[in-house]
Amino acid sequence: MDLSTTNFIGDLVREYSPYSWVASIVNGVIAIVAIMAVGVGPSPMLIWWERKVAAFTQARLGPMRVGPWGLLQTVCDVIKLLFKELITPHGADKLLFFLAPALPLTGSFLVLAVIPWDHNLQVANPGMGVPFIIAVSSLGILGTLLAGWSSNNKFSLLGALRCGAQMISYEVSLSLIMLFVVLMSGSADVREIVLSQQGNVTDWWIIKAPFLGIAAFVMYMISATAELNRGPFDMSEAEQELTAGFHTEYSSTAFAMFFLAEYINMVATSALASVFFLGGFLPFAFPDFGFAPIVGVVASINGALAILPGFFWMAGKILFLITLFMFFRWTYPRPRVDQLMSLEWKFLLPANLILLGLGAVFIAFGLILP
Amino acid sequence: MEMVKRPLPAGFQKVSGDDNTEEYFINMGPQHPATHGVLRLVLRLDGETVRECVPHLGYIHRGIEKQAESETYLQYVHLTDRMDYLTSHMNNHSVCMAIEKAVGIGVPDRAEYIRVMVLELNRISSHLMMFGCFGGDLGAQTALLYGFKEREVITDIFDELCGARLTMNYFRPGGVANDIPDTFIARVKKVIVDVERTLEEFDRLITGNVIIQERSRGIGILTREDAIAYGCTGCVLRASGVPYDLRKDDPYSIYDRLDFDVPTKQNGDSFDRYVIHIDEIRQSIRILQQCIEQIPEGPYRSKEKPSYRLPAGSYYAATETAKGIFGTYVVAEKGDKPWRIHSRSPNFANLSPIGKMVKGHMIADVVTVITTLDILIPDIDR
Amino acid sequence: MAAPVILDTYFKRTVLGALGLLKGMSVTLGYFFRPSRILTEQYPENRKTLKLHPAFRGEVIMPHDENGDHKCTGCTLCEKACPNATISVLNTKNIAGKKVLGKYIYRIDQCTLCGLCIEACPFDAIHMGNGFEHARTQRDGFDLILNKKEGRG
Repeated sequence: MDLSTTNFIGDLVREYSPYSWVASIVNGVIAIVAIMAVGVGPSPMLIWWERKVAAFTQARLGPMRVGPWGLLQTVCDVIKLLFKELITPHGADKLLFFLAPALPLTGSFLVLAVIPWDHNLQVANPGMGVPFIIAVSSLGILGTLLAGWSSNNKFSLLGALRCGAQMISYEVSLSLIMLFVVLMSGSADVREIVLSQQGNVTDWWIIKAPFLGIAAFVMYMISATAELNRGPFDMSEAEQELTAGFHTEYSSTAFAMFFLAEYINMVATSALASVFFLGGFLPFAFPDFGFAPIVGVVASINGALAILPGFFWMAGKILFLITLFMFFRWTYPRPRVDQLMSLEWKFLLPANLILLGLGAVFIAFGLILP
Repeated sequence: MEMVKRPLPAGFQKVSGDDNTEEYFINMGPQHPATHGVLRLVLRLDGETVRECVPHLGYIHRGIEKQAESETYLQYVHLTDRMDYLTSHMNNHSVCMAIEKAVGIGVPDRAEYIRVMVLELNRISSHLMMFGCFGGDLGAQTALLYGFKEREVITDIFDELCGARLTMNYFRPGGVANDIPDTFIARVKKVIVDVERTLEEFDRLITGNVIIQERSRGIGILTREDAIAYGCTGCVLRASGVPYDLRKDDPYSIYDRLDFDVPTKQNGDSFDRYVIHIDEIRQSIRILQQCIEQIPEGPYRSKEKPSYRLPAGSYYAATETAKGIFGTYVVAEKGDKPWRIHSRSPNFANLSPIGKMVKGHMIADVVTVITTLDILIPDIDR
Repeated sequence: MAAPVILDTYFKRTVLGALGLLKGMSVTLGYFFRPSRILTEQYPENRKTLKLHPAFRGEVIMPHDENGDHKCTGCTLCEKACPNATISVLNTKNIAGKKVLGKYIYRIDQCTLCGLCIEACPFDAIHMGNGFEHARTQRDGFDLILNKKEGRG
């Protein structure tokens, strides 16, 4: 049985139910619950982890009071946020004001839907997965823009405008890097991209495409940080300049939604990075370079590593990348908004185009590692 | 949504932009993360570009100068802690020097050495804070904490020395309040090592950082002429190429016996204003090392009095604080209370050219300029 | 012509910039992987082990000896030295008709802890104590009476 195309639950329901729509509904509900769980579930932990990373880099301890090592701090914060008053500023466009927080969440949930978490653990696998990701991840911009526009606040508006310019620009290079991976693996299907990296570490695209892979990965991380609107590229919030940017006027649940969207976005972006460059759900495996004395040892170690299910490998890679994002945020100062734009249009975009061209040349001349 | 026509803030002229754009105003502050207190900057913006910037003051005016008229000279000293709270010792020193000048009290040698050591420690702590804020205001929050981290050690020394971390009230006319504890010299030696390590860390984290350089080089240039014309002092003046330092040019206390340089920079941009603080800290360390070697035994205060009666007249004494020249002008009539006291605060003069400096730059640069001017609002309003 | 120059500066700036950023990262990572450099004081938990410097100015106290006697004569020098009218010395007369200290009122909510009263005292009757937990939920209770009994004992 080819596991990769199995819809186990759907088949099960179809077997017992006379109506075909029952299977669709059951499938849909399970999918939504799963995405919610994957997206929302780890967010409190990530917020806690972020605070700990920040604290430890700053020679502090971070949250320590609620629960062991402050683990329950985020839970308390969420409860506090939910019970606060939802304030609508005077002169705000009410419909847009409350529509705005929902959009970034929608975008990131849709991205999460096409990410393969294991060999047969994926909500949907459209054949054109990468273009789908590029399309739906733009939804987040809309939310930010609406939030800034409807708040009737100049700081919010400035933040939203910055955010719009920034995210649209960086989407270009992000898409180009995705195209590079598509070019390398020869498929726009997300699962196919992962499976094209089967083997050991040297088969991951970050290494398999010599030099280009690592360059693409670095540029992906830069663009993704900008796309996520996180420090050092948090132009749209820019605490020291715009107080809180586009969500200056948001409180309570609406603010929590923006906050949550940031972390879910981070999960989605890191998941994509791991799919594109780090072999997705494939286990970590040492290469043996065909060196006879170590072949046996390496094989047994790799066998042991492969016992862990793909989901854990995926989660581990995501956590690693998220921690990397956090280190960026807590180390680097923020460039000015025009410098960020010139970084994209004068630096990253030409570099991406060159990368794409070189990728084609590498493939044509067979320079990709076997 | 109906647009409400409001009268323009005073001092502004509305210039209609081209291609149907409209300039607008933003109140940066009085509650704003980057204005270091309750400073209100009214910005006239064209998009993100600053066309005009006018600082509005007075949000933390406490009437310290008026209050001084109802307090004795000795009591006034502790009020100056609350002006520039990062350089409390230096403010105290200025008042004490004015009183000493008027009454003619000498200061014992040991007291002078203690004073200079404390002053230089205070200068280092203030500069460290400036580094932290510089990093923090440019978005590198971690740098803020690193600045505070080392400053904490110095405030703890002050705590042990005089019993308070911020509002020290340690200087008295004719000396200092109490002798240094036995641990003081050893702790200062340790702080010197620590601060040098921190400077090296800041070099790696901030000075060498390409983003910081991009954001501060050529931003908010204050020319030599402007700096002099606006009466800027301290690091702001020296970063614009004027080697003027009261410690060298009008030596007070025992600064003429000590060997140190006055660092200057030529460009007068934000980066120079930041880097000059590093050089100043290195000079302060030199002074501290000399003081540690030279400090004599002896009394720490000449004969103390419960209150001081100044002969009628006016007296002025100025010190070079971490921010610039802090002067105290006392007009005395008979009695133990001043008729009027005026403080010449360095921060007020240093803030004045901000409108000229940020013109044509972007909002983010306003933040850079504020933080490199190293201003402190309680000192401006008093 | 210009193109090689531009490319040269382009790559130079990229490499140098990246190196600078990596150096910055080395600082923060250095702190992250060395928790021994953490400075946080967990205050209410470490109340037992908390050590303040003896000179710390937290409040004005009037030490009493083992007989419950203090050294204050009621000379009011501290009252005059205080910039904020924090101290009120209310004197009374003892049986012999001599002026003695009645009540030594210390209003801690007005005190700026400048320490001038301690310097003014010629009898070493008042000291600066280390206690600093003065927060109250009510406005009253800030007027402390420092002497435990009238007179000098």
